[in-house]
Amino acid sequence: MSNPKKPHVTVMRSQLSRARGLGSGQAGVGHWWAERASAVALVPLSGWFVIQVFRLAGASQPEVAKWGARPLNTTMMLSLVILTFYHTQLGLQVIIDDYVHGKAHLPAGLLMKGIVFLLGLFGTVSVLKLALAGSSRGRIAAG
Amino acid sequence: MQDVRDALYVGQRSDGTLTRRPMSPHLQVYRFRLSMFLSIANRAAGVAAAGGSALGLCWISAAAKGPKSFSKVQKVTGNPLGQMLLAGWALALVYHFVAGIRHLVWDSGYRFSKKEINEDGPVAVGVTVGTTLALVAGILGVAICRSRKKAS
Repeated sequence: MSNPKKPHVTVMRSQLSRARGLGSGQAGVGHWWAERASAVALVPLSGWFVIQVFRLAGASQPEVAKWGARPLNTTMMLSLVILTFYHTQLGLQVIIDDYVHGKAHLPAGLLMKGIVFLLGLFGTVSVLKLALAGSSRGRIAAG
Repeated sequence: MQDVRDALYVGQRSDGTLTRRPMSPHLQVYRFRLSMFLSIANRAAGVAAAGGSALGLCWISAAAKGPKSFSKVQKVTGNPLGQMLLAGWALALVYHFVAGIRHLVWDSGYRFSKKEINEDGPVAVGVTVGTTLALVAGILGVAICRSRKKAS
């Protein structure tokens, strides 16, 4: 249809709207999909966790440690913790985008990401410690 | 000008002086609908569920630390006030779960007409309340049974 030699408009967007910095930021679709994908993954993980809560309700610390030392439980708990806080970060970012305007927007998002990252890392380290400390203690007791 | 979007609100009167153009009407002009409450409740539940999950890390970290720390957490989970907090966390998680499923259904192109959304709203409330009550009662029951068995 269009002659490639003839100058023509390839971007359906006015130069004024570009200068104002409005319109697509290009990262929205990836964010949207990440939120959906993590939500879908959290559906079976949450179901698994509810079953574990029933198994562990009223349990003592040694019982929880024994539970946490099983590789399957460690894998599921790590997936649950990482995806929960990843999904949290995505959701809170949308809330910040909606309600925090102007100069405060960037620092608010970075602060939130920092806090959620540390919380997720804390959960990950706790699950790993439960898993690895439990198995070594078992070995010492056996030997 | 705080926000770049404010640029679009600057208009000119016929005499050439600048003015701030009015915003389109917001929440106060609409009649209350269940769907508008359920929408903002999903966002609030997400924040509450995240806050509860942050507190929930105390449980797994205490278990990793040892019996002493774990007994401290058990004091909170055994206290009626702590149990109310846990029930609130469960409510937030269950509602965010239910509303999230609805969002995934809408994203797939189903149940997205006005009539269907108005039909599904009360169902979502019923499922949330029912599931939360069943979960809280079930978990509390199992915990009480188990601690009684240990005591005897």
